[in-house]
Amino acid sequence: MADVLAFAEQRDGQVGSTAREVVGVAASIAESLGGSVHALTLGGPGLSANVGSLAEVGADAIAVGEHDALGEYNPEGYVDIVVAHVRSGGYGVVVFPATGLGRDLAPRVAAVLDVPLASDVTEVDASGGTISITRPVYSGKAFASLEMDATPVVFSIRPNVFQAVERAGAGAVSTFTPDVDPSTWRVRVVERRGAAEGQLDVSEASIVVSGGRGMKDPENWRLLEELRDSMGGDAALGASRAVVDAGWRPHGEQVGQTGKTVAPKLYVAVGISGAVQHLAGMRTAQTIVAVNRDADAPIFSVADYGIVGDLFEVLPRLSEEITALKAGD
Amino acid sequence: MNVIVCVKRVPDTEARIRVDGSGTTIDSAGIKYDISPYDAFAIEAALRTREAVGEGEITLVTFGEATSQETLRKGLAMGADKAVLLTGEPGPDGLATAKVLAAELSGSDAPLFLFGMKAADDDSQQVAPMVAALTGRPCVTGVSDFQVADGKALCQRDVDGGSEVVEVDLPAVVSMTKGPNDPRLAALKGIMAAKRKPLEEKPAADIGSRVRLKSLSEPPPRAAGRIVGEGPDAVPELVRLLREEASAL
Ligand SMILES: Cc1cc2nc3c(=O)[nH]c(=O)nc-3n(C[C@H](O)[C@H](O)[C@H](O)COP(=O)(O)OP(=O)(O)OC[C@H]3O[C@@H](n4cnc5c(N)ncnc54)[C@H](O)[C@@H]3O)c2cc1C
Ligand SMILES: Nc1ncnc2c1ncn2[C@@H]1O[C@H](COP(=O)(O)O)[C@@H](O)[C@H]1O
Repeated sequence: MADVLAFAEQRDGQVGSTAREVVGVAASIAESLGGSVHALTLGGPGLSANVGSLAEVGADAIAVGEHDALGEYNPEGYVDIVVAHVRSGGYGVVVFPATGLGRDLAPRVAAVLDVPLASDVTEVDASGGTISITRPVYSGKAFASLEMDATPVVFSIRPNVFQAVERAGAGAVSTFTPDVDPSTWRVRVVERRGAAEGQLDVSEASIVVSGGRGMKDPENWRLLEELRDSMGGDAALGASRAVVDAGWRPHGEQVGQTGKTVAPKLYVAVGISGAVQHLAGMRTAQTIVAVNRDADAPIFSVADYGIVGDLFEVLPRLSEEITALKAGD
Repeated sequence: MNVIVCVKRVPDTEARIRVDGSGTTIDSAGIKYDISPYDAFAIEAALRTREAVGEGEITLVTFGEATSQETLRKGLAMGADKAVLLTGEPGPDGLATAKVLAAELSGSDAPLFLFGMKAADDDSQQVAPMVAALTGRPCVTGVSDFQVADGKALCQRDVDGGSEVVEVDLPAVVSMTKGPNDPRLAALKGIMAAKRKPLEEKPAADIGSRVRLKSLSEPPPRAAGRIVGEGPDAVPELVRLLREEASAL
């Protein structure tokens, strides 16, 4: 059986949990179908020193393309390198992350390879000898089960859905210097604003604390920030569209139909009514908590745990109790 | 500046989705259809581009069944000039859809091909960058707003963990997400005018699908949740449940 390739995304020179999930999925496919597990990662000089963790989740070979111009993603630089790598490796399966980067990169690579792409996949089953893929459609109101009639089979996985299990891979790292010439690029990043130091993106965080119109005023977000901080480093802020449209919060935080889709371990909805377009973005969270003063708010119909009450009384207490809990760990 | 906008007819975002007896299609009874929300952002961006530049023709292109005429008329009522309906049945293979659209678009010299970031039915987020790859154009995805000047488009986009401003050489492909500009509602005058605007209908290029939809299923209902209690006094119990029962903390 041909080998399986995982595209491992780096950010700031580090491969994070999403990269491990992608390698983990590749490893579980190789376990069923045979072949070894290869990872490809592209970034700036020095990246190869930081990719060892991919071997812990099953990578047998880790190819690291290093170049000054690859530290930050630009499709004009990445696509050709990935396509050339897939072709030369003769891969049977290629797995991408359905992150912002992956959603931009994977379709281009698939189109150049002339194979279809299944995006944002939430289930993969290769145990029967073929690859069966399940992905949400109609913003999670239905799931499509698919088979891809092409080689390689190319798909991207939704972050936080797959757990990478520990599997020792051979982890042979090979570094190469791709041929890139930014002067020919037709797309140029002229300005980049990062989120505040150390803040995770809402689509990748394992805990999301979201606020809606019930928060009343953008000033009150300090209460949500306190709650997020009490949860530890893996938490991020989210928002309903109502508060994004009001200019209280940036669009990058919006969860829902016209915002981001998140699948965290824990989603806390505070002062959010639970409109169908909001649920579209968070219904696949593992555990949902809602705080709302209206016992009939639709958010309670998807929440695993709810507190009916005034958020201004509940939030400070919640932050306090969680801080105390964590301090005891 | 001429702009082509690719739009798709999809169930309204409020629609309740039920799988029908075939197990591979949805029951369309009672469902209202509309322009996919992101495609409405793209139409709005096209109209604004024309307003900013001062001239240009806006063409809508859809690959879909005859019912998509209604969707196209709505876009024409917003202010687009003409529409093309490539008749056929788009399926789960986004590359096949991209090829159908690229076959129509590749002959065009319009500097901008605009798309929605994702279609609100298949949620694939792939057709725009695929059309770009097939037509050899550069492409910026997930753009919330852009300005055109000097043969370039300056695009604002959100990226994971931040935002960026990207410059792209025209001709280009741009896919739109929600941004500062809400799609305008069609005025009565626009609706009347739309009836007389040209809508060309022709069969879509015949591209086979290489993605097989085995089944469509409704998500398992979430296990009934519970109200832990009222007010701040319920917090300790909630925290206990999150730790001991849900292992979420
Ligand atoms: C095409 C389309 C796309 C859309 N996309 C999205 C999307 O991506 N994301 C999204 O979120 N929405 C989206 N919407 C909008 C959606 O329909 C709702 O309007 C929106 O989600 C409402 O936001 P909200 O819950 O913050 O506000 P509201 O619906 O106003 O709810 C506020 C809630 O706060 C509660 N509350 C008030 N005060 C307190 C208090 N002191 N303590 C506790 N609770 C309190 C209230 O009981 C209420 O339930 C979309 C709509 C359309 C038509
Ligand atoms: N059948 C279609 N006809 C016209 N445009 C389409 C079609 N399918 C997708 N598109 C365009 O491609 C975008 C992304 O769709 P998708 O990749 O399917 O999520 C949509 O927002 C539309 O702009």
